[in-house]
Amino acid sequence: MKRHLLSIDDLTREDIERILGRAESFAEVSGREIKKVPTLRGRTVINLFYEASTRTSSSFEIAAKRLSADLVTIKSAGSSVDKGESLKDTIQTLSAYDPAAIVFRSPAAGAAGLVARWTQASVINAGDGKREHPTQALLDLYTLRRHRRNLDGLKIWIVGDVLHSRVARSNILAFTRMGCRVTVCGPPTLIPRGVEALGCDVSATLDGSQDADVIYALRMQHERMTGSFVPSLREYAAQYQINARRLGAGQLLMHPGPVNRGVELSAEVIDSPQALITEQVQSGVVVRMAVLYELLAGAPTSTEAPIHPEPQPA
Amino acid sequence: MTVILDRAPVPPATLLLREAHLLDPRAGLDGPGDVLVRAGQIVAIGEPGTLEAPADGEVVEAQKLHAFPAFVDPHVHLRTPGQEYKEDIETGTRAAAAGGFCAILAMPNTQPVVDNASIVQSLREIAETQARVPTGFTAAVTVGQKGEHLTEAADLAAAGAAGLTDDGLPIRSANVMRQALQYQRLAGLTIALHEEDPTLSAGGVMHEGDVSALLGVAGIPSVSESVMVARDCDLAAYEDGRIHIQHVSARATVEIIERAKAAGVKVTAEATPHHLLLSDEAVRTLDTGKKMNPPLRSEDDRQAIIDGVRSGALDTIATDHAPHARDEKEQPFEDAPLGVTGLETAFAAVHTDLVVPGVLDLGLVVQRMTAGGEPFGLHVPTLAGGRPADICLVDLDAEWQVGEAGYESRSANCAFHGRTLTGRVRMTVAAGAVAFRERTFAIGAVN
Repeated sequence: MKRHLLSIDDLTREDIERILGRAESFAEVSGREIKKVPTLRGRTVINLFYEASTRTSSSFEIAAKRLSADLVTIKSAGSSVDKGESLKDTIQTLSAYDPAAIVFRSPAAGAAGLVARWTQASVINAGDGKREHPTQALLDLYTLRRHRRNLDGLKIWIVGDVLHSRVARSNILAFTRMGCRVTVCGPPTLIPRGVEALGCDVSATLDGSQDADVIYALRMQHERMTGSFVPSLREYAAQYQINARRLGAGQLLMHPGPVNRGVELSAEVIDSPQALITEQVQSGVVVRMAVLYELLAGAPTSTEAPIHPEPQPA
Repeated sequence: MTVILDRAPVPPATLLLREAHLLDPRAGLDGPGDVLVRAGQIVAIGEPGTLEAPADGEVVEAQKLHAFPAFVDPHVHLRTPGQEYKEDIETGTRAAAAGGFCAILAMPNTQPVVDNASIVQSLREIAETQARVPTGFTAAVTVGQKGEHLTEAADLAAAGAAGLTDDGLPIRSANVMRQALQYQRLAGLTIALHEEDPTLSAGGVMHEGDVSALLGVAGIPSVSESVMVARDCDLAAYEDGRIHIQHVSARATVEIIERAKAAGVKVTAEATPHHLLLSDEAVRTLDTGKKMNPPLRSEDDRQAIIDGVRSGALDTIATDHAPHARDEKEQPFEDAPLGVTGLETAFAAVHTDLVVPGVLDLGLVVQRMTAGGEPFGLHVPTLAGGRPADICLVDLDAEWQVGEAGYESRSANCAFHGRTLTGRVRMTVAAGAVAFRERTFAIGAVN
């Protein structure tokens, strides 16, 4: 496996299987009274968030702590970013502390990849703009596997605002890599032109979703509702909301959170046993433990790996 | 009205190019020959080895070199005034000379915008002391490039502006565009157009297509360019105006220009080396060195640009040389500024990827690269007696790595950085004076 986790594309199917297997063994730790293992004792993990986050940030924190790593969390508000420091300078400053890993979230696509060029630490992409959110996809696979042992041939519909969703992109890549058949569905204004190139089908309506094994609803962000992307929230809900009538009896329902109740999901399906939403959050910790373990355990404590060659000046 | 280009005073050259391969389709030249330049003028072109060495000049042994009429670039960002940390008139024109250009036109999207006669005059004064090659300055179509009020085009023309353009920005309002074309009947300056419907391109940072879908970055659809080109060709036809379409990137645009030309519209157009050589596949790694506007488009669009250059639908190859400082480009893709440099690599890049594989004929490339001033009323360099010498000497076999020895430009954001190219400009003579001589190029001077 590579030294960084920047994209689901960095992972082979075997890599994914191994991470999910590791997460299962950490789930056993999480069931203990003392939920801590000494694996990363003495190693430093920096959680660097340039964008608001509750669940991703907190679950990385808990994951790092359960592995006994020393953890620093930095949010952009109040940091030197606000004082105009460039990303490169910030990363070089933080790298001076010799962290084993930098968990990085940024509003800009590819930002985690840039960070990886500027530091000796392993970089974990915790969301780069609208591009990818690979650990979300891994925790979704982990959650789904607990209910459907064999993912091969599973039919998954991803419904909602695909255009602005990094979760959608990582999940299309991850689900298809595991042999699932993915259809994306949403208002045509919110489906990116060319998305078929990721290996999925596209549908403008929910017709046909009855055959899906899993419905994966995306968060409809408030700012998208006001533009011209959808005429109204009412029309969006009428066309795309997953409710009791539309959710088939054997179908599983997933959502990356936070949910807009009454918009992309109706209250009754959120609370139904078919919804795996809370379980997804739980899986976040063990899967992120597994990712940290994969990238850091076994690697030398002070990385001797060479800094990535300086990128071209561009 | 004749546009006058400015440059720093330099002694006119007296030299003999001996036994170069002369290539100039306009002059009907394609074969070995001697060129004698005396006091800056081409005074004789003769059979190889026949011309006498001038007693008071130098002899350039050019047996393995090609001599072309030097190139003209109608689209260069010299960043002066206001952003001299990226480029200035001295460094930008040095880069132009190194690329074989004997004349360039600078874009007015500076800080402040070149939108009044006094700025044009002061730029011309700087060029008179700093410019290595004759340089013309275009001025904005609208005040501050805001797309609202027309600039004083007659006054600008009198001050020596070389053309009008809001380059970097489209002229949003069809009515303002129409008025600019009407006013052209008085001021006479060609209007060069950066074509982009901002409501379609808003927020976009790369071509809209498979790659942008994968990367999750907002796309700039090719129709954002073509709908504006269609609008402006119609307006130019209606007002009988003269327009020049900058940096054409999309197939649909090429087709619209072809139709407009066939209908008699006075429209010319340019293609850049990066749109000729690269597609949005090059952006897959989110390399900010491949970020510019208009963006690198699909392979199908690229093929259409190549066909357009071949057919003449696209009249000229222009660089859109757009320097940016290193730290500005060392940012996430969406945050990095738009533009790449290209003066020093334009010919070599096109030669390597399109001439060597046989896609475009060498003579045709020379024709397109020398034609850049024509839409603005500048003369087209040619290898003919009685003309001021505009010559570039090129070693077509020389291989070099872009950026290996740095750049003449102040900035290094070249679209072809790190690539090995074939074909190297050894010497440039611009308006009768030696503007560039490659350091490693041995000169057999007689005195």
